[in-house]
Amino acid sequence: MTDTPKDRLTGFIARHGTIVMFLLIVLVFGTQAPNFLGPDNLANIIKQASFIGIAAIGMVFVLLTAGIDLSVGSVMYLGPLIAGFAMRDFGVGVAGGLLVAVAAGAIMGAINAFLIVYLRIIPFIVTLSTLFFFRGFGAWLTSSRQFDFPDEIRAFGLSSVMGIPTPILFFVAIAAIAHVVLSRTTFGRQVYAIGNDPAAAEKAGISTWRVKAGVYIICSTLAALSGFILIAQIGRLDTGFGEGREFDVIAAAVLGGASLFGGIGTAFSAVIGATMIQAVKTGLVFTGVSLYLQPMLQGLIIFVAVFLDSFRASQLEMLQRRFIRPL
Amino acid sequence: MSRQTQTLLGFDRLRKEYFGVPAVTDLVLDVPVGQVVGVIGENGAGKSTLMNMIGGVVPPTSGQMFWKGQAYAPRSPGDATMLGIAFIHQELNLFTNLTIAENIFVDGFPTRFGLIDRAEMRGKTQALLEQLSLDASPDTMVDHLAPGERQLVEIAKALHRDAELIIFDEPTTSLTPRETARLFETIERLKADHKTILYISHILSDVERLSDRIVVLRDGELVAEGPTDEFDIPRMITAMIGRELSGLFPKRSAKPRGETLLSVQGLSQPGVLDNVSFDIRAGEIFGLFGLMGSGRSEMARILFGLDPYAAGTVTLNGATLAGSVRDRIRAGMAFVTEDRRAEGLMMDASIMDNLSLVSIERFGRTPVALLDEKAIAAKTEALKSDIQIKAGSIAVQPVRSLSGGNQQKVVIGKWLINEPALFILDEPTRGVDVGAKYEIYALADRLAAAGNGILFISSELEEIAGVCDRVMVMNRGEVMGTFDAPPFVDTEILALAFGEQAKTREVSA
Repeated sequence: MTDTPKDRLTGFIARHGTIVMFLLIVLVFGTQAPNFLGPDNLANIIKQASFIGIAAIGMVFVLLTAGIDLSVGSVMYLGPLIAGFAMRDFGVGVAGGLLVAVAAGAIMGAINAFLIVYLRIIPFIVTLSTLFFFRGFGAWLTSSRQFDFPDEIRAFGLSSVMGIPTPILFFVAIAAIAHVVLSRTTFGRQVYAIGNDPAAAEKAGISTWRVKAGVYIICSTLAALSGFILIAQIGRLDTGFGEGREFDVIAAAVLGGASLFGGIGTAFSAVIGATMIQAVKTGLVFTGVSLYLQPMLQGLIIFVAVFLDSFRASQLEMLQRRFIRPL
Repeated sequence: MSRQTQTLLGFDRLRKEYFGVPAVTDLVLDVPVGQVVGVIGENGAGKSTLMNMIGGVVPPTSGQMFWKGQAYAPRSPGDATMLGIAFIHQELNLFTNLTIAENIFVDGFPTRFGLIDRAEMRGKTQALLEQLSLDASPDTMVDHLAPGERQLVEIAKALHRDAELIIFDEPTTSLTPRETARLFETIERLKADHKTILYISHILSDVERLSDRIVVLRDGELVAEGPTDEFDIPRMITAMIGRELSGLFPKRSAKPRGETLLSVQGLSQPGVLDNVSFDIRAGEIFGLFGLMGSGRSEMARILFGLDPYAAGTVTLNGATLAGSVRDRIRAGMAFVTEDRRAEGLMMDASIMDNLSLVSIERFGRTPVALLDEKAIAAKTEALKSDIQIKAGSIAVQPVRSLSGGNQQKVVIGKWLINEPALFILDEPTRGVDVGAKYEIYALADRLAAAGNGILFISSELEEIAGVCDRVMVMNRGEVMGTFDAPPFVDTEILALAFGEQAKTREVSA
């Protein structure tokens, strides 16, 4: 294969397309609105991205096994809600509430996992059902009324450690842990194996049901945690909280490079994807684009990014094609 | 020695039925420790079914298996693996998104403080790779390996798990001659390490060369078994097909007619083909021979409209073809691809669905073109008996459950309903046994005798020489020469294929 500078450039862009795209978007907004690139705003973008980002990290685990979890938006709602009851009625405090939210998320994930792994119902249908069930359960608990958290929770949500906002710390820590789990543990590597070839994974003696159950539990746990961290900044829980967020979460993971067909993606896919979506949202506000045009532009930018990604795949294939005679 | 110590794996009246049809019938056999046992048999002789039972993929209907004298009844592939049975299939069970080392350790990584101990994994993998003389870093992604290298990784996996029985199922199908030679060395080495090996292949000379003992299956029954010295290739063939084969190739039943059916002029695509020209006459089986990377399959794809070409014309029945695959199918082309599993068949769909796939538009009735199920059933049923697909119910049985030769017949059959004029057969007998090969040759002859043209692409010299009217040889995307009439001489064809004497030879081009 001849290696012209053009080929090398194409190859570089093809391999690191998401990052290149990301930097371009940031630069364009930066030239339009110089404040956009200020450290305060960049920190703010990451802070706001942490909500979708933490859930998207969980989603990456599920996507890696070629599964899907549509219930994350409802888990974001029900997890913190149960934690809220525990804090208000049993006085468990913020730390206790956090643990309850995480535990509730884990249980919801276990319900998904049970239906998917044990009853062998496809993930799409299972999580579509639990999407309604979990939210419905919350609506029944609250009679569809707004739920007010004890005041102490906002002190936690708005706190910072050494100048770094707590949500960012959680986001970074979870991304780092997820990265280690995916790349350096038996469980993590088996997640990749199952996504690549489920039949071969079975034959290789991998306990596929355990790994699959694991990813749904992780996904719901992180969704509940992300919900709790955002609620901690607001202090109350509306009945529509988290509604439709499953799509933001899936979009973030895919935008960052996770494949819906399994086997491809990393914890950083979620971080990059979520930050990118948030940067676009914030950038549109900064550049003064009409509020009514913003959703359309968001949709367009997500489409272009994913389109470039598929273009990238075909380019990579072209570059790797073997020629049988000199050109 | 007692039976327990001599025999690694034994079968006692082992039987398996599918849809009421026995695939393995009351098999009684012992596999001795430390030997290479060649397993041969025709299409549907029961080899795959037997292997699936050994591997825990399907349970026997009745009878028993023994492992080192103990009753052995695996409930899952995991059971077989744990006991020390490893399979090296045609399609490998590797994870392309993981490294070599990760593939080897995927069912049990070495860990330190809960994290994978990469240094240990790398070290052990390195040792295994050296043992198999595979020169690659343990951190190489399997995606980047050639087929032969992947197979060695699969063998390394078996060694890592201390497999005592390694079953090779058509392991040379996708290997180059050099990779094959290396595989054989590896097998010799495994045998020296007292591993027991079952070697399944349709390439009888390989089986003869490698095996200590030979087991012949026919219609699910054991028909012959003994030391390899007692078998020569004619005896193997006779045992496999249950009769003397008059020849490996059927006599051509008609001569090609005069008129040109397909005309290819100056077909070129940078990096792939250079100025390829040839004609195929009605009623002709036109052979195309080339080594790996000669451009034979690439040319077939271009002819069929799957890949682009920069220059040249393709004319079929006087009409110049320019459009897509659909247009070419309508113009009368049929393409039996090299890889029938991935490109030729819907493996989990029924035989009927596969047979009616290409011609499904013909069965549309009523203004909204609802499918005429009865007509489909009648047509495909007739086809099944016409080309003799051995199967139970074609409406129910999935193609996956058929043997290789019968699968290939389904691929050819799905085109027949469309009544094409030109068949492109790319490696039509790959992974198919002697008897079924004969049937496929006979089918090609029949199609040609009916006035069709056939582009017969193969990397097997004997069959090219045995069935074709003319033979064209390609190398690196160029036509090296064409032999116009039998007898075709192996050495001359090969010399051209290696590009040794280029176009200066005295053959018409």
